[in-house]
Amino acid sequence: MRVGVGLPGIVPGAEGDVVLEWARRADSGPFSSLGTIDRLAYGNQEAFAMLAAAAAVTSRVRLVTMAVIAPLRPAALLAKEAATVDRLSGGRLVLGLATGARQEDYMVAGVDGRGRGPRFSEQLVAIRSAWEEGTVGPRPAREGGPPILVGGSSGPAFARMARLADGYVHGGGPPRAFANAAARALAAWSEAERPGRPDLWGQAYFTLGDGGTVERGAMYLRDYYAFTGPFAEKIAAGNLTTSQAIVDLYRGYEDAGCDELVLLPTVASLDQVDRLAQVLA
Amino acid sequence: MRIAVLGGGPAGLYLAALAMRADPSHDITVIERNPPDATFGWGVVFSEETLGEFREADPKSYEEITESFVRWDAIDVRYRGETVRVGGQAFSAIARKELLGILQRRCAELGVALEFERELTEEDVRGLAGEVDLLVAADGVNSTARRVWGDELGSSIDPRSTRYVWFGTDFGLRAFTFSFRESEHGLFQAHAYPFDATTSTFIVETREEVWQRAGLDRASDEESIAFCEALFAEDLEGHRLLSNRSLWFNFLTVKHDTWHAGNVAFMGDAVHTAHFTIGSGTKLAMEDAISLAGAIERCGGDPARLEQALTYYELERQPAVERLQEAARESQTYFENVDRYAGFEPVQFAFNLLTRSGRIGHGNLALRDPGFVARVDAWFAERARAASGAGAAGQGVSATSPVQTSGERTPPPRRIAPPPMFAPIRLGSVLLPNRAVQAPVSTDAAVDGMPGEAHAGQLAEALTSGAGLVITEMLAVSPEGRTTAGSAGLYLLEHARTWERLLARVRGELSAAGGPPVGVAAQIGHAGRRGSSRPRREGLDRPLAVGNWPLVSASALTYAPWSRFPRELLPEELPGIREAFARAARWAGEAGFDVLEVNMAQGYLLAAFLSPLANERRDAYGGSPEGRLRFPLEVVEAVREAWPADRPLVVRLVAEDRHRRGLSLDEGVTAARALADRGCDVVHVHGGWTVPETRPEYRRFHLVPASDRIRNEAGVPTMVGGRIVTRDDASTILAAGRADLCVLDLPPP
Repeated sequence: MRVGVGLPGIVPGAEGDVVLEWARRADSGPFSSLGTIDRLAYGNQEAFAMLAAAAAVTSRVRLVTMAVIAPLRPAALLAKEAATVDRLSGGRLVLGLATGARQEDYMVAGVDGRGRGPRFSEQLVAIRSAWEEGTVGPRPAREGGPPILVGGSSGPAFARMARLADGYVHGGGPPRAFANAAARALAAWSEAERPGRPDLWGQAYFTLGDGGTVERGAMYLRDYYAFTGPFAEKIAAGNLTTSQAIVDLYRGYEDAGCDELVLLPTVASLDQVDRLAQVLA
Repeated sequence: MRIAVLGGGPAGLYLAALAMRADPSHDITVIERNPPDATFGWGVVFSEETLGEFREADPKSYEEITESFVRWDAIDVRYRGETVRVGGQAFSAIARKELLGILQRRCAELGVALEFERELTEEDVRGLAGEVDLLVAADGVNSTARRVWGDELGSSIDPRSTRYVWFGTDFGLRAFTFSFRESEHGLFQAHAYPFDATTSTFIVETREEVWQRAGLDRASDEESIAFCEALFAEDLEGHRLLSNRSLWFNFLTVKHDTWHAGNVAFMGDAVHTAHFTIGSGTKLAMEDAISLAGAIERCGGDPARLEQALTYYELERQPAVERLQEAARESQTYFENVDRYAGFEPVQFAFNLLTRSGRIGHGNLALRDPGFVARVDAWFAERARAASGAGAAGQGVSATSPVQTSGERTPPPRRIAPPPMFAPIRLGSVLLPNRAVQAPVSTDAAVDGMPGEAHAGQLAEALTSGAGLVITEMLAVSPEGRTTAGSAGLYLLEHARTWERLLARVRGELSAAGGPPVGVAAQIGHAGRRGSSRPRREGLDRPLAVGNWPLVSASALTYAPWSRFPRELLPEELPGIREAFARAARWAGEAGFDVLEVNMAQGYLLAAFLSPLANERRDAYGGSPEGRLRFPLEVVEAVREAWPADRPLVVRLVAEDRHRRGLSLDEGVTAARALADRGCDVVHVHGGWTVPETRPEYRRFHLVPASDRIRNEAGVPTMVGGRIVTRDDASTILAAGRADLCVLDLPPP
């Protein structure tokens, strides 16, 4: 199992130089990828812009969106943004897409949230076609474009993933939840009769440091997930705050068949990526 | 903290005791509407694993509880006059009254205030929540507190369709007993277990309509008892049934998104129920108490930290409870449909019952009671041997070298038999060495339908996997019937000749390497409106960039918004397609395939005819279910005619569309019957994919319930896949009589 790390621009208030230095350190550290999340009505940095910046200061790590809320953008624009980051990074983009769970983001975007599932399927087809046919330039760095991951936890989401994507991106949770989702992804994939197997990506939050740092991390998660009501507290409770917790989760995910686990920061300071690198080393 | 507990059942009392034990400075009151010695229900069952937690939580009550225990380790399944005993189960039980007494005394000793015979209204409960730091709602399945805060919790309350009643009986059964008794009105079952030396719980359950036919909806307590005593006389061994406000209920499945609202925490039956057939209601409630007491302790007496603590409690308990509720749902569904297994022999009936919830399989049952599983395996192997009319198991014979059947004598059942996946199965003249199936997916490597080295390689790999049957990718019966430009076909004589050479070569290699003969099935089909697509690795149902061919289907409806429109087939074109299937069947026979599979699934042409989602025809081939079945059945008849009569025909059938307006499983069962009538030997159960947007529920064994219904209601052998990974998975499904062949999803090497 490979391990990636999220970029700190996902946390509101992150400074530009911190994001760039973080990316440099990750590129020379024990990480295989740099990840972002995607929100609209929130103070995070925009996913593709952040990955483009990271592309400029890295040469090795893959750049992954976990996951961009596809229906908020026209498919042609998504195809162009993704192809651009793929070119800028020399073919290192992994495009994770989902429908997202927050009504608020749809409202702010002025996009109707109803029927977003079927619309998302159409977008997946349109993005691939745009890359292949060159109707929207530039061409991605790689033939056929970057790999596409699809997220979501409903039956239709798994079917959509199996029909049109190259892999699955999980939304986070204990290893048992990941194993359950992985089994469902594999069941859908085999029923779709797609060759090979889907790439399975997991994610989890971490905060390493003293009590105050850990509390800042918990505050970020409570704020970020406030829309889920009491569930925000559960996510905060699942935050990885010790090296032992990270090791346990790593093993659990590895046993569950995860191909790449991306650990997302909750505090935008450089010691976080250094501490994580130490734990993984 | 000031804590009030609603409900003096095991959950509420245990929570009060544990919280008080952890911090005697709490002020805790338990409020119960009944007097201290009143009790409804009889005995309570616990598993070994739960007991460990009790010991850690409070050794004193643990000791008292376990001293009162009656323990046993067997389950008896009584069915058709036979009792099958299965050991190694390790249960303990206690009288509910005894348990409550122990917990009441423990509470009193620790300084918990107990108020009995105090009934609170919704208004009282609301008021109480405002007066205390924490209100714990442990007031059972008909919770008053839930009526107040249910909306905030996201209640889902689902009354089930069977009727049940709790009785006691005045003698100690020797095992957990499931007894099935046929009455003139229908089947009744009892779930009974001892809870002390002289008393047992005796629950009787039946379907709603049977209950009404028997007149039990109008019967008095005494009449209900008399009816059940007569029906279960043999199980009761002359003893009486005892009633204690014993009424016939529908079981309520209670679930909640959240288990707390402000400073009110819910636990036990008030917030979640699990069907009594897995005997876990009290166990779950007391485990809730342990977790909630831990959460309260984490607050360190500070009510401001309650919100976080209650979230921890939910986080800890919800996944465990949901897992058990899932198992309970499977168990409940089993008992609701147990009539389906009326034709099973007792040993298989018992195995099926024990593996009903998906928690126990062939493998771990073998650890619990090796003798029972050996008996199941021997029974299965013997039946397979008898049905296959062959000598030793494992000696596969293909269609091209017909089996020798001699008048040999039946040997006694073997005491050492292979697990069911490795039992042979005879289909027509073909004897498959085992029941594992491999169905490799298309390589999209054919050119103009012609198979090549990629196909030979894939076939060779599948044949050496150890599976008893290998199915090819779908071979198109016409060039327009191809899914992608690289789909293999069986529409030119040259295709058939090439398959013949390829099969001979791969079989030759296998036999030279000492491998056993393996059955090979040609899967034939027509892609219909899913045709002319790009290679599967690039995503499904995307039209080709160039060189698209015209699509045909039952109606002129696109498969997906991004696919091309098909043309509706004219009635006069149908015979041509039927003949293309028949021709492919004949050629498959000539090429030396052992088995033929016709694809009537996955949204391809024949499935499109079957489904109202894809078939809007107004002629004789659409409309009613019979109309929609007409063309697919004509094809099967023509294929059966063209395919050697002694070789087996499999139909891959879409059993349901997983769509509100689509094919239901009822229609799938009807279709399976019709197929069997026309000479289909095995139904390969599939679902969905008729249209892109459906509501599938992917999980382990997700197609097995459909296979179970088709096999045991339509009475036709089935093949099933769907996240069946290990040999233990397959043996569990096969021994339980839920399918006859399993398509394995092997993990990567």
